Amino acid sequence: MSGILVYSDRKSVALELLTFVASLKQPAAVALLSHEAAAWADDCFAYGAGRAYTSADPALADQQPDVLAEALAQIVKQAGADVILVGSTMRGREVAGRVAQKLDAGCTTDANGLRAENGQLVATRYALGGNTISTQVVKSAQQVIAVMPQTIQAAPTGGSGEVIEARLTLSPSPVKTVERRPKEAGSVNVETADVLICVGRGVSEQKDLAMVQALADTLGGVIGCTRPVSHDKHWLSENQMIGISGKMSSPRLYVGVGLSGQIQHTVGIMGSKVTVAINSDKNAPIFKMADYGIVGDLYQVVPKLTEKLKAR
Amino acid sequence: MHIIVCMKQIVDLEKIRIKPDTREPVLEGLPVKFGDFEKNALEEAVRIKEKLPDVKVTAVAIGSPKLKDTIKEALAIGADEAVILTDPAFGGSDEMGTSRTLAKVVQKLGEFDLILLGEGSTDDHTGQVPSRLAELLGLPQVTYVRELQVLEGRRIHAVRDLEDALEVVETSLPAIVSVTAEVNTPRLPPLTAILKAARKPVKTWGPGDIGVAGGEVGSGASTINVLSNLAPTQQRKEVILEGAVDDVIDKLLKALEREGVLA
Repeated sequence: MSGILVYSDRKSVALELLTFVASLKQPAAVALLSHEAAAWADDCFAYGAGRAYTSADPALADQQPDVLAEALAQIVKQAGADVILVGSTMRGREVAGRVAQKLDAGCTTDANGLRAENGQLVATRYALGGNTISTQVVKSAQQVIAVMPQTIQAAPTGGSGEVIEARLTLSPSPVKTVERRPKEAGSVNVETADVLICVGRGVSEQKDLAMVQALADTLGGVIGCTRPVSHDKHWLSENQMIGISGKMSSPRLYVGVGLSGQIQHTVGIMGSKVTVAINSDKNAPIFKMADYGIVGDLYQVVPKLTEKLKAR
Repeated sequence: MHIIVCMKQIVDLEKIRIKPDTREPVLEGLPVKFGDFEKNALEEAVRIKEKLPDVKVTAVAIGSPKLKDTIKEALAIGADEAVILTDPAFGGSDEMGTSRTLAKVVQKLGEFDLILLGEGSTDDHTGQVPSRLAELLGLPQVTYVRELQVLEGRRIHAVRDLEDALEVVETSLPAIVSVTAEVNTPRLPPLTAILKAARKPVKTWGPGDIGVAGGEVGSGASTINVLSNLAPTQQRKEVILEGAVDDVIDKLLKALEREGVLA
């Protein structure tokens, strides 16, 4: 490794990746590719960056991934980087694939673990739909690794650095953003929940969610769900979907209510401390993922559980 | 208008068994199918074909020789013709090799307006191929599309679904678009369509047909070294509580208190 360049469109992830580079005792550069990101420079220095490349090029204003990737490729050259760590947000994942192709480099995305071993970076990611964890090394001369948010615990190291105006030659993207509609943030954050109650298709009507909400309230938790509940029935926000194409969560207590436990969902809760499953089918795969399982009708178990918790 | 849909044949992920001693997945002999997102991409192409005059849909698929059968599903859903790439030389390609292969196929197919793909494959979901293909072909690209409209004057209007916002974008054709599961619900083809599919043209192209050299694709050209690929270890207690509802809940609450997870 001769130089590591960090890029993320999300500040928290940039700081996480810089923390990782600092742990390797390697010098780090960071690419700050938006007007907003230019203000992150001092924080990036505090988390170990030695150089921050910024640009006020108007072609970056729209934050289109093709232009971001071109800017990043040019900064890779100026910084002399051979490792590019990207935050695996949706925009970041697209930038990662593009910049890798520009550099003729191998790339791994959605890494949920990253470590240095014998002078190599070793990344882990889910494969085969979450059935397995693939442990990989990118072996091309330059390598791009896109790392999931919250994979690394950010910690400041202190320090200072230099802001460098990147010399970029960019053309505007052929893709134009005509409107940006922020999604309803909602009050539910399943990713940081201490207690997470997830519902699946076993809940037969939307109004029955009130019963599950009562349990969540009693436990001081929030409700998440499997894909059909958010994406097919639209009973809950898509931001509450837990699993391989949704959110990951590591709560102290997870309770799966009326869900079968398909791997696509359960990969999202692997990091839970204690897991509980409530399902009427004793052969449901969720029981293999459960510390404690109750085989029973959720319409009897959930209200009773809420009642007994309240009586404690 | 010519729409090319790129599809990957994968093993049925729900049928994967894990060897209990080594945690290795057993992939031999599993049934194969197209990934879910690719079916969304194909469905979207067919819906455009049903809406606009003179649209041809070509499915391009990579996979094992079983693809000769699998491809019939794509033709039954509504692709007019197909190119399949089943040569073992393509096997074990990384995303760069796959993208190079697809770029060569697209170039050989000639004129086109739109390339549709899934946002990622259902098995490994790296999401790199649409981006790499856009780079190789020098085309505008829109990812994570949940709504797509073809406009007058060779343009498209698309809604990109990002974590915290929807981005409404427009670009010119030819372009590359990758779609999410929300873009549509793929149809189940009727029996008549399945019967008709058998008569649609399917070409099988090898590396020589598309002009890729042996060292450019396949496992030998891969830039990824997979050190291991094993089922995650999950050590759960798997204590199943059975009996009267009151009793099992009392037992559960005691257990959760012991675990220290009740506030």
